[in-house]
Amino acid sequence: MIVRLEPRATAPRWLQAALTLAAIVVALAIGAVILAFVGGDPVRAYLHIFDAAFGDIGVLSDTLVKATPLILTGLACALAFRMRLWNIGAEGQFLLGAWGAGAIVLVPILPAGMPAFVVIPAMMVAGALAGGAWAFIPGILKARLGVNEIITTLMLNYIALAWLQFWVFGPWSEGGFQQTGPFPREAWLPRLTDFAAQIPVLAGLTTHLGLVFALVATAIMSVVLSRTRWGYEMRLIGDNARAARYAGINVAKYVIVVFVISGALAGLAGMSEVSGVVHRLQDRISPGYGFTAIIIAYLARLGPWRVVLASILFGALILAGREIQPSGVPAMIQGIILFCLIASDVLLRYRVRVGRPAEATATAPT
Amino acid sequence: MIDLTLILAAGVASGTVLLFAAIGEIFAERAGVLNLGVEGMMLFGAVAGFSVAAATGNPWLGLVVAMLAGGLLSLLHAVMAIHLRAEQVISGLALTFLGTGLARVLGDGLSSVGAVATLPRLTVPLLAEVPLIGPVLFREQSVLTYVGFLLVPLAVYWIDRTRPGLHLRAVGERPAAADAQGIDVVRLRYLYVLVGGLLAGLAGATITLAISPGWFGDQTTNGRGWIAIGLVIFAQWSPLRAALGAYLFGAIFRFIIDIQGVPAVLGFPNPFQAGRSATFFLEMLPYAFVIVVVVIGSREALRRRVGAPAALGIPYVRGERGG
Repeated sequence: MIVRLEPRATAPRWLQAALTLAAIVVALAIGAVILAFVGGDPVRAYLHIFDAAFGDIGVLSDTLVKATPLILTGLACALAFRMRLWNIGAEGQFLLGAWGAGAIVLVPILPAGMPAFVVIPAMMVAGALAGGAWAFIPGILKARLGVNEIITTLMLNYIALAWLQFWVFGPWSEGGFQQTGPFPREAWLPRLTDFAAQIPVLAGLTTHLGLVFALVATAIMSVVLSRTRWGYEMRLIGDNARAARYAGINVAKYVIVVFVISGALAGLAGMSEVSGVVHRLQDRISPGYGFTAIIIAYLARLGPWRVVLASILFGALILAGREIQPSGVPAMIQGIILFCLIASDVLLRYRVRVGRPAEATATAPT
Repeated sequence: MIDLTLILAAGVASGTVLLFAAIGEIFAERAGVLNLGVEGMMLFGAVAGFSVAAATGNPWLGLVVAMLAGGLLSLLHAVMAIHLRAEQVISGLALTFLGTGLARVLGDGLSSVGAVATLPRLTVPLLAEVPLIGPVLFREQSVLTYVGFLLVPLAVYWIDRTRPGLHLRAVGERPAAADAQGIDVVRLRYLYVLVGGLLAGLAGATITLAISPGWFGDQTTNGRGWIAIGLVIFAQWSPLRAALGAYLFGAIFRFIIDIQGVPAVLGFPNPFQAGRSATFFLEMLPYAFVIVVVVIGSREALRRRVGAPAALGIPYVRGERGG
């Protein structure tokens, strides 16, 4: 008896959804076995994750806060991955975005006392610009010299972190601590709890305007990808870059532009995080959002709205994971989820046939 | 005062880590499998080797376990890349997440252990007395450094001069032709991915059991697995160039540590002294340098029309594209 894989042209949508769910369930099960093996209590850990992420409206709001940067960085990765551009640098672009947004009030670029409706858009622009500029480097190197973008984006992550550290330990340090002073109130994104005076139910809810940015970005990306020529040409390039080139598409330009937009989205995530949550700059503003974003993009199969769903799931994992010991458990589970996903992919792309060897050799593949 | 001989000697030791990882990756890539999980395999190997050495007091046992740990993870990637025909970039990244996570879980509490039994250091008689190179290469080096010296010519010879090496190159360049010659493409790819994993595990153990003993969480490797992958591109998949790059980077890493201990340079206060914020620019150096060398490697590849193995990253299916 022999197991053969036969390519299939299209997979039904229900199969995609079912396999994705199955992959998550299997991954959690494998994670539980490992947890039990190292002496943890998997049932309690998972119950804790669920409770600490969705248990009441307060923690649900916290989950959305964690999901916000993940949506934006997840979109950044999904966009680049559609063109088979492996932007592994969302983490660095996120940090640069946070730095750029912080520069508006810390340099300060805008004089103190400007109203929020000036400061916040300026921070958004600065964050997106800084992130986009950071991603321009791997973009132009890839487009002009064919330099492997995986290596450049990764190295730029390390450089971005050292850059941010220089500013928060050095020129912008507050009293020698590893952080800047707090931003003025005009530089804070409005949170639900800020309206508690009018609507008491909102008291204590930390969900902030960044979530709206993320959802608007999702909607725009969804429309651009599915309804415009850009989206169509990007898909062509992703499927077969050489054929796209013969069709007269300027692939190099797309590579650069997509990298910059991808970086700008990640930069906006950084801005949203410092302006909406941290309210100051420090070097530990990201628990690896830019890396988790890679898994999210893949889990979402590069679909913008599915990125939102996946981000909420991972937001929960990160939020609850903070309290789980040992600290490597969330990273481990993320890795296992990703493996289960790629393993399940084989069922999407191929039909598994079980037959006898004689049959197998008789049917020559095309 | 900075002693150049000491920096270079320590650079060679620290470069050995990159050397093992890069040569391992060269074997896997020459066979046509891109494994981006080097960082994960290194960390997992590093923690596995360290914990075994800490528990048993035997660093040699730790070394073996570290290699097996790296090899074990690499087989996971091999199944994904070879049998399940997965996107190798994503599978390699998953391996890095998994290895890092596992290493943190296993390493929980190990950082307080401190340095345990390390592998012996040796001075080679006679060779150590050779002016200039003797003190740099052959004095008080870890036994693993010498293993590195031996591995380089061995890898060059194996790939370029032997029959199995010819098969290795065939599998990475023209798998269909290799298959037609009766070479077992799948078996060889598994084998060389495994070799890559064993060497990545060895690289991890080189850190925790020899070069800078101890367990420091993610900081133990601090991106050196990724630097090794960058070196492979710079090296144009040649072990000899990878070795030169590895030792160069080792010296850079060493220099960065050493210069922070110097209060003044040529009479001026040293801006990079430990504790000053300008040291963060020093920390950028190796990573910025990787970008530079990868650009150099890519330009050269364009000009000389050589480059990655033709079938790199492409799963082999008998009768399909990729031949």
